[in-house]
Amino acid sequence: MTKDLVWRIAGGSGDGIDSTSQNFAKALMRAGLHVFTHRHYPSRIRGGHTYVEVRASADPVNSRGNGYNFLLALGDSFARNPKENAIYGNEEIKPLTENLNELNEGGIIVYDEGLVDISEVPNFEERVEENNWHVYPMDLRSLAREHGREVMRNTAGVGVTAALLDIELEYIEDLMRSAMRGDVLEANLAILQEAYDIVSEEEFTHDLRVPTGDHDEDQLLISASACIAYAALDEGCRFISGYPMTPWTEVFTIMSQNLPKFGGISEQVEDEIAAAALAIGASHAGVKAMSGSSGGGFALMGEPLGLAEMTETPVVLIEAMRAGPSTGMPTKPEQSDLESILYSSQGDSNRIVFAPGNAAEAYDQTRQAFRIAYDYQIPSIIVIDQKISGEMVNVDESFFDREPNPSLGTVLSEEEIAEAAHHESGKFKRFLHDTENGVSPRTIPGQKGGRFLAAGNEHSEEGHISEDPVNRIKQMARRAQKLEAIRDDLDSQDGSHQTTFGPEDAEYGIITWGSQQGAVMDAVSELNDAGHSVKGLGVSDLMPFPKKDLAAFLESVDKAIVVEMNATGQFRGLARKELGLYGEKMSSLLRFDGNPFIPRNIVEAFEETIVEGKDDVSNEHTKFLPEAGVTQ
Amino acid sequence: MSAFSAIGEEREIDSNEFTPGIEPQATWCPGCGDFGVLKALKQAMPDVGRTPDEVLMVTGIGCSGKLSSYFESYGFHTLHGRSLPIARAAKLANPGLEVIAAGGDGDGYGIGGNHFMHTARENHDMTYIVFNNEIFGLTKGQTSPTSPKGHKSKTQPSGSAKDPVRPLSLALASGASYIARTAAVNPNQAKEIIKEAIEHDGFAHIDFLTQCPTWNKDARQYVPYVDIQDSDDYDFDTHDRREAADMMFEAENALHEGQVLTGRFYVDDERPSYQQEKQATGEMPEEPLAERYFDEDYQWERVADSLLDRHK
Repeated sequence: MTKDLVWRIAGGSGDGIDSTSQNFAKALMRAGLHVFTHRHYPSRIRGGHTYVEVRASADPVNSRGNGYNFLLALGDSFARNPKENAIYGNEEIKPLTENLNELNEGGIIVYDEGLVDISEVPNFEERVEENNWHVYPMDLRSLAREHGREVMRNTAGVGVTAALLDIELEYIEDLMRSAMRGDVLEANLAILQEAYDIVSEEEFTHDLRVPTGDHDEDQLLISASACIAYAALDEGCRFISGYPMTPWTEVFTIMSQNLPKFGGISEQVEDEIAAAALAIGASHAGVKAMSGSSGGGFALMGEPLGLAEMTETPVVLIEAMRAGPSTGMPTKPEQSDLESILYSSQGDSNRIVFAPGNAAEAYDQTRQAFRIAYDYQIPSIIVIDQKISGEMVNVDESFFDREPNPSLGTVLSEEEIAEAAHHESGKFKRFLHDTENGVSPRTIPGQKGGRFLAAGNEHSEEGHISEDPVNRIKQMARRAQKLEAIRDDLDSQDGSHQTTFGPEDAEYGIITWGSQQGAVMDAVSELNDAGHSVKGLGVSDLMPFPKKDLAAFLESVDKAIVVEMNATGQFRGLARKELGLYGEKMSSLLRFDGNPFIPRNIVEAFEETIVEGKDDVSNEHTKFLPEAGVTQ
Repeated sequence: MSAFSAIGEEREIDSNEFTPGIEPQATWCPGCGDFGVLKALKQAMPDVGRTPDEVLMVTGIGCSGKLSSYFESYGFHTLHGRSLPIARAAKLANPGLEVIAAGGDGDGYGIGGNHFMHTARENHDMTYIVFNNEIFGLTKGQTSPTSPKGHKSKTQPSGSAKDPVRPLSLALASGASYIARTAAVNPNQAKEIIKEAIEHDGFAHIDFLTQCPTWNKDARQYVPYVDIQDSDDYDFDTHDRREAADMMFEAENALHEGQVLTGRFYVDDERPSYQQEKQATGEMPEEPLAERYFDEDYQWERVADSLLDRHK
């Protein structure tokens, strides 16, 4: 028996690795397990090294874990590169050469003899022996061809996996029945059964069974991208505009597929400037609207973002980060757009920024982002990244059992407009100076008597362009005042937005933000299990910055490590700027090689910097670098 | 009162209603062609029967962008070149609004060229007025996309090496369904064309020739003009795309030889607007989306009711 199963399926992009792994993850969830998936893929349509991990455990799971213990190496059916031209050896054997470094001791290897020639894998036999791996060669390709088509070798691989792990086929068969029909279904069922039967007859030298439970029908397998889309729909968002870019495309696609069913509109447009501008135009005209992009596309949105701030037009933007600068590594995660998200656009500009730490938080914070945007007439940004956008995790269905909130916020009815302040010219005072929390009431074009000009230039109360110094100061002060009101609003809610974990009175702290939260959570558990005294803080609010929460956390610990995926410690820099104090308490653990942290990285860094005092936790950054030549 | 009671209101409309408490003399130079656009627009409004509250005027940046300040209606003074994406989304959000976008030649044919092409292509039901004075005015006289080849300015001191943009041909190639050119020096024709453009059910593009007496010194640069519909010399079918293309080609060549040909160049009454196309594919509701937020009886659906089962 094992506490944790981490199953990795590897092959070429376009070989169905993603859909197969999603179905398998769902099957494990139906078998009563908690699941978590992690995707790794290249920026190309077909072929190239790709894998998906599915972690499954009887206990809730927060991250991909440390390494994995089951490799299903399907081979890359699109491999075409001649051996001498390929960068990492032979494409055909990449599913083995690229993956073995992280396979834990005692793990299982199933490889497709039909596509992978084991004799080409360097030192394979020795490594198997050294690591006590259990190897099951299977001719999955022939098996698939015999009953159907070659592409069905995924199914054969899943059948083999089920047999080796002693998982009942019924969960997988049910999923197949709901997704396929006719000959395709029959062929897949036959392949699944035969693969299962062949392996079942073998004598196993391993035991990687995970204690399964009852099928909990309330569990959902869901990604942060889906949670963002669903939160937007529950907030009454009925307009989205975008331009495809990885990994933002996932939110955009889910919205586009569902909006028409909810009577909404999705627009794929010419570029990201237009995308953000359309969302602003729709919002101005009285519809809850969103847009979004990834690094390079978001760079174009800086201009309309500033316009939304200046005209106080509510809008929600998603920034799904990937490695930069420039086009960077399109399919690899990074958290290096933080500063551009906080400060892009000209002038002293404000916006609201949330960075959810998991799928459930993505739902919560997207709802919050809409509420704040419309109540306070300010753009909100949800920051996710390539990691969290597509990883699947199980969440209770009851979590989504909430009421919709279609409120446009501070919009007046025509009766209220008639009573409201107007300029002598007849124009409604849309940007009224004197308000309680900086928020002036809003009208929507088409409402009688509510005429105003929304101007990207500095403007008077009724919206006319104005360079009057007194008006300027009043308008700037009022817009800035909203940020303080929003901080009070967020602080006044039940519980903190920031996620805390580990013992409250711990001696040391680990701080992170956004998608790395799960790995830090697991690392904190491991460290406390090993006898250390550590607690963690996952920060979600980036603007307005949660000064109180962070100061209290830093006050309570001797030293803290800030864990983030970028090369310059952007969050640590932000925290030092916002807090002034405590800078000397924070050191950085940085990773920017295109792969997210695994808990072990954090545990090791903690032991080196805090326990062994290699670095005296001064202002030096501790940078995590993978072993030379290792790709993960 | 409904949420948008201004929309569809029927009453006598006076063109003076479109005059705000702020006058264009504040920023436009004496003799500027922009006055001609403003005047023609105000005069057209009573004829099209729209009140200030049901019009959304979306403008770009520059002297032309200030149209939204001097024309009384709901307004959005946006960014340089970005009026169109904002305008077309507003129209999708609330098709009951009369959406008019306006900007200059640098704004519309330069920085906003991409948006122009795609808005025309999609045939959004709106009017787009481009103030074409062949110069960057507000930034003090640089060469613009419509400046003639050889035009000298502070930024092209030896003369522009570029052929100018052909706005009419560009609009036609992009898919605009109504294309006209008029001039500030021809107020009667301008008013008629604006009226037609607003009433046209699709993307109506007006290349509006506006003289810049300050930076393009010849304030009478678009005189004398020829109204091609009134002249016997230009016989072509405005509904025929190929004939219209030939006529546009001729007009665009002629402009830089000092001959100003104005009028309707292309009218396609048959092509459905983008909104109609989108409703036909089921990707846009029949009722104005914006109305829903004011409808207290509307039942807002939760994702939990229909989307979560697929994740089980």
